[in-house]
Amino acid sequence: MSVNILFFKITLILYSVSTVLYLVDVVRRKEKSGKTGKIARWILLGGFMLHCATLVARYVEAGYTPVANLHESLSFFAWTLVGIFLLFDMRYRMTVLGAFSCPLAVILMLVGSTATTAIKEMNPALDSWWFPIHVTLAFLGNAVFTVAFIAGVMYLLQERMLKSKKFSALYYRLPSLDVLDDINYKCLSIGFPLMTMGIISGAVWANSAWGGYWRWDPKETWALITWFLYAALLHGRLTVGWRGRRAAIFAIIGFLCLLFTFLGVNLLLSDLHSFKAMQGR
Amino acid sequence: MNIIVVGLSHKTAPVEIRERLAFAPTAMEKPLHELLALPTVTEGVIVSTCNRVELYACSRDTDACIGQLKRFLASFHNIPLEQLESHLYDYQGEDAIRHVFRVSSSLDSMVIGEPQILGQIKTAYGYATEFKTVGLILNRFLHKAFSVAKRVRTETDIASNAVSVSFAAVELARKIFGSLEDKKVLLIGAGEMCELAARHFLNNGASSVTVTNRTFERAVKLAEEFQGQAVPFDEFPQRLHQIDIVLTSTGAPNFILGHEKMEEVIRKRKNKPMFLIDIAVPRDIDPRVNKIDNIYLYDVDDLQGVVQANLKERHKEAKKAEVIIDQEIGQFFRWLGCLDVVPTIVSLRKKLEEIRQGELQKTFANLKNLDPKERQAIEALTSAIINKVLHQPTTVLKQAQNDSAGSDYVDAVRTLFALEPPPSDDN
Repeated sequence: MSVNILFFKITLILYSVSTVLYLVDVVRRKEKSGKTGKIARWILLGGFMLHCATLVARYVEAGYTPVANLHESLSFFAWTLVGIFLLFDMRYRMTVLGAFSCPLAVILMLVGSTATTAIKEMNPALDSWWFPIHVTLAFLGNAVFTVAFIAGVMYLLQERMLKSKKFSALYYRLPSLDVLDDINYKCLSIGFPLMTMGIISGAVWANSAWGGYWRWDPKETWALITWFLYAALLHGRLTVGWRGRRAAIFAIIGFLCLLFTFLGVNLLLSDLHSFKAMQGR
Repeated sequence: MNIIVVGLSHKTAPVEIRERLAFAPTAMEKPLHELLALPTVTEGVIVSTCNRVELYACSRDTDACIGQLKRFLASFHNIPLEQLESHLYDYQGEDAIRHVFRVSSSLDSMVIGEPQILGQIKTAYGYATEFKTVGLILNRFLHKAFSVAKRVRTETDIASNAVSVSFAAVELARKIFGSLEDKKVLLIGAGEMCELAARHFLNNGASSVTVTNRTFERAVKLAEEFQGQAVPFDEFPQRLHQIDIVLTSTGAPNFILGHEKMEEVIRKRKNKPMFLIDIAVPRDIDPRVNKIDNIYLYDVDDLQGVVQANLKERHKEAKKAEVIIDQEIGQFFRWLGCLDVVPTIVSLRKKLEEIRQGELQKTFANLKNLDPKERQAIEALTSAIINKVLHQPTTVLKQAQNDSAGSDYVDAVRTLFALEPPPSDDN
């Protein structure tokens, strides 16, 4: 087993342990997170460090930015998600956010571990500096929107309880509607520029590789649809005063589109973005 | 030495009795000194709150002491004991310890988990130390009770979540708005509950309270109290969109805020959330308003429901607290048991005897040529030394056993000779 795979597996174990701890911490009916939450955070941080090492090791072994097949992409996605969560956690200190994000990261990694991990030659036409720039921007955007999705789900749960006046233990742990809405807005205002730049850098890269900026392949189309969705939400927020429930629902729909753009297109439809295209045929 | 509790509380006595038994906080010296003067009492504390009057005492003669404490309560307040007897409870030993731990942890309070009682016991203990009616045991005991109460508070959720309607409203507001800072409150109509809630909102950071009332003068008067603004009753709807939290309790027979009006208001607010609290019966706000996005409407029953749920949660937490108390009782009771004179003397002797035997064996191992007679002489010599050394301390301990200093000596002896691992309970 090569080093990067070994690291990947240990990272997955650390993430899983952290997930379990986060969930244990969150089911207690307490306003604040306890020791378990703190331990979970440290383990997650350890996992993240190791994940960084995993990516570096993979980069060294493969000789290209390791986002060229399903295994690598999912791992990279999980990495950005955990990284973005840790950033948000510094600001909001929300164990409950961890209890929602970590399981997602674990699922991404689990699926990633079933995909083939073999390293193949990179298609020379695609091998340029635009590749790492494009995928990093795109995945950072994805991760931020994932957090927005999580905040959206939490918002809907909390709002449901406040409206119906029936409170479960989660009510005490979930942050206030205001904070959740604030996360929605922050994610949107960080994620949207990232996504925009991701699309632009992709176009530039496409131009250098194939001599055309935009080809309307399914991935590009779906990315554009997703982009318009988020643009609509941002616009609604800034001008019409969309917020709360509606913003939360939009963030959830946006995320589903994103997921389809990222996975659905690659797995269901074949196009230039498919992983096969990434590698030399 | 035994710990004894005699007293009554809201659970055993109506307020008519409790108020007659109360001790004035300004005049605690006399009762405390009289309490200590009782022949069987070596240490004493008097706890007197509106919900309970209790005497904590230390005594060697438990049964006599309980009788004396009861008579003291009756005679001090000039009430015939027969009238009191049925309301009084008494505890001793482990039960007394459990009772005081439970009281200080607020498990015996009218509203479980309310923190005042701990402060009241601390005050009572303060008087007792001021007038020097507590010694080693009650000192240790009450400090232990305080630390148990603290443990219960930090390790269980007994005191979290509001158990009054007005606090429940504040907590809900926090879940909606996060911080209450720069939130504006509107008070429609007057009513004790509303005013209390408005005050809680102010204390928790709300920026202003605006008051409106059908009688404008009353609004002005109330607004002054909150240093807020008064608005004529027919003008408040125009200002509604600037308000985050609305408290209503008018006597109006119909809804004063309807569905359409509130939809318009929330549009004007660009969907910024609003929290409406309707305490009026009949209700002031159309319940359908709760269906509007970003408006949260709670009527008095909803708030009561929250309070009931929180209370239920407290009772659940109280069970965890009982477990903590059980652990702590055992520890303290062991320490208390060590304070008896006779077992102390026995273990002191045992300890010295062990030392003597150990040293003898070493000596005999080196002096192998001793004949039995010489060996006997050495044995006799060493035992005589120990007996002589122990004579005076034993006499003092036995004499001290009957006054309050006894426990101090016992404690000192146990510490000096390291007779048993000292109970580590002062944390």
